[in-house]
Amino acid sequence: MSEDDIRAAVIAELGNIAPEADAATINPESDLREELDIDSLDFLNFVTALHKKLGVNVPESDYPRLLTVKGAIAYLAAKLGSARA
Amino acid sequence: METTILRKARPASGLRPNLGDYAAIYAGFSWQGARYELAGLPGGGLNIAYEALDRHLLRGRGSKLALRWLGKDGTQRDFSYASMARETNRFANVLRSAGIGNGDVVFTLLGRVPELYIAALGALKNGSVVSPLFSVFGPEPVKTRMARGGARAVVTTRHLYERKILPWRDQLPSLAHVFLIDGGEGSLPPGTTSLKAAMAAARNTFQIVKTAPEDIALLHFTSGTTGTPKGAIHVHEAVLAHHMTGKYALDLHPEDVFWCTADPGWVTGTSYGIIAPLTIGATLIVDEADFDAARWYAILSEQKVTVWYTAPTAIRMLMRAGREMVPKGTFDRVRFMASVGEPLNPEAVLWSADALGRPFHDNWWQTETGGIMIANYLSQDIKVGSMGRPLPGIEAAIVERDGEHVRIITEPMKSGELALKAGWPSMFRGYLHEEERYKKNFVDGWYLTGDLAMRDADGYFWFVGRGDDVIKSAGHLIGPFEVESALMEHPAVSEVGVIGVPDPVAGEIVKAFVALNPRYAESEALRKELLGHARLRLGPAVAPKEIVFRKNLPKTRSGKIMRRLLKARELGLPEGDISTLESDEK
Repeated sequence: MSEDDIRAAVIAELGNIAPEADAATINPESDLREELDIDSLDFLNFVTALHKKLGVNVPESDYPRLLTVKGAIAYLAAKLGSARA
Repeated sequence: METTILRKARPASGLRPNLGDYAAIYAGFSWQGARYELAGLPGGGLNIAYEALDRHLLRGRGSKLALRWLGKDGTQRDFSYASMARETNRFANVLRSAGIGNGDVVFTLLGRVPELYIAALGALKNGSVVSPLFSVFGPEPVKTRMARGGARAVVTTRHLYERKILPWRDQLPSLAHVFLIDGGEGSLPPGTTSLKAAMAAARNTFQIVKTAPEDIALLHFTSGTTGTPKGAIHVHEAVLAHHMTGKYALDLHPEDVFWCTADPGWVTGTSYGIIAPLTIGATLIVDEADFDAARWYAILSEQKVTVWYTAPTAIRMLMRAGREMVPKGTFDRVRFMASVGEPLNPEAVLWSADALGRPFHDNWWQTETGGIMIANYLSQDIKVGSMGRPLPGIEAAIVERDGEHVRIITEPMKSGELALKAGWPSMFRGYLHEEERYKKNFVDGWYLTGDLAMRDADGYFWFVGRGDDVIKSAGHLIGPFEVESALMEHPAVSEVGVIGVPDPVAGEIVKAFVALNPRYAESEALRKELLGHARLRLGPAVAPKEIVFRKNLPKTRSGKIMRRLLKARELGLPEGDISTLESDEK
């Protein structure tokens, strides 16, 4: 899976949770919860949806690494990469 | 019913529990007698902010740490009791010079930042009424509450102002002053004031307004099944209950470092997230950030928290995160943990005792009660799953409405409505502008809580459910009507019913059933559009998490949507009496 595919998956899941916002245009380095006005339950749903879609298991201790678009992509890419290796 | 009893070892800390012998203290307690615990204003009167701050200065405790603020970005700001007293004096002077006085309502719309705490206590010093709003509310809930409260002033940030107030500000002429905490000089939006500049120009001394015990101090909005949110009125005398319940139910001592994770936008975050720990002279920890398991464990150990008050949703998130995430020694200094917001499931109590080394103590109260009414105590064994026993000074019973009267149910473990004998100091004194709605809650001298519960033979209370359609999500009450109204504003929606459906983390989540107008067709795109529409208006804490389409919703003859039936079907429960059903769900 390419980084673009991962980005698309992240943006799509954010769009399911906060459809009123354009997740593709938010600052990739800022806190998703503030940028998209999502609460902790929404965030939990976001991580769960990514897990379902990409098959990446995200332990709770890694949640903070998914708090930005950039962080989420990097984290998922690393996980998917190492899973294949 | 099988009851698990969690027996406790003698507490390890050197502090004596404030409530040692429950039966003896309960029997001997009177609110009159407890009044000596408060200082009272010099020269007469009672003011919450004086009890919280200035009284400690006279006792030579001014240099003690009152509030430690932990910023999202890792910054830390400390306020001693003396510096909190000075900052709140400044804010009171700011209000005074703006012509805001006794009884005027001052709102805050802020995250957990120091200015919120300073504004709330400063406004109380000024004799103004404080109404803290949850900053995650969308523009609609903010507007409804500020209009209902007749807001004279609001303290907020530029971002929140522009998003959530400016779009409708011209419809609220009473709102004379908008103070922005992040307003730099020169570039402020029109009609706003820089709080920083106003504070810098204000004196740090202030003669606290001589409020009387029955003067209005706080306005907390809560949700009902129908109509607009209710503004529950609390008076300065409530501080006596904040103080005593802080001592008895949370076992707070002046030596404690206390962390209440609730936001002051909800009543817990005011009664126990601001007032009670300060009147007791403890140190209050305030974390700006939202839930994050690793961060929370770090705060508990780094800040040497001794008493912790949080909510079932957060506890269930910690359970999900797993015990492996708990660093060794995190709970060594924590001597008491309590939970509120919704009933704490037995698994969570047992998990905490096992994985964290300390059990959570569930307690029960409402916006209307102003303070903890029923609790599990430090000194007592826990009946797991029970909300505990009434606080000293509180008489609780299970009752049955019987026409104009109530009948007290004495049989153990028989379900009825939980009622409290009216008259404790933090009891709400009214719903703002809604005398009839207020009166309806009182029968034969009892306040009827709307919660269904049971009482066992030992006097422990057990929660059964809500008696109405109000939704409890992540510990917050959400009125279905408010959510339905927002969805009805969308041109595609012809009718909508909103209920709470069980969720393993949040307790309940908001689910909306929507029927469309003829010109609209069901589609995934429209579903998302409605979701976005609701989120924009209501904010993420109130907006539905789930929206489904129906051709028709179940209605009574008068056209009222039968939420109860939607819920029974959702949960696969018996449908009960459907004799009033005129038009069924399709």
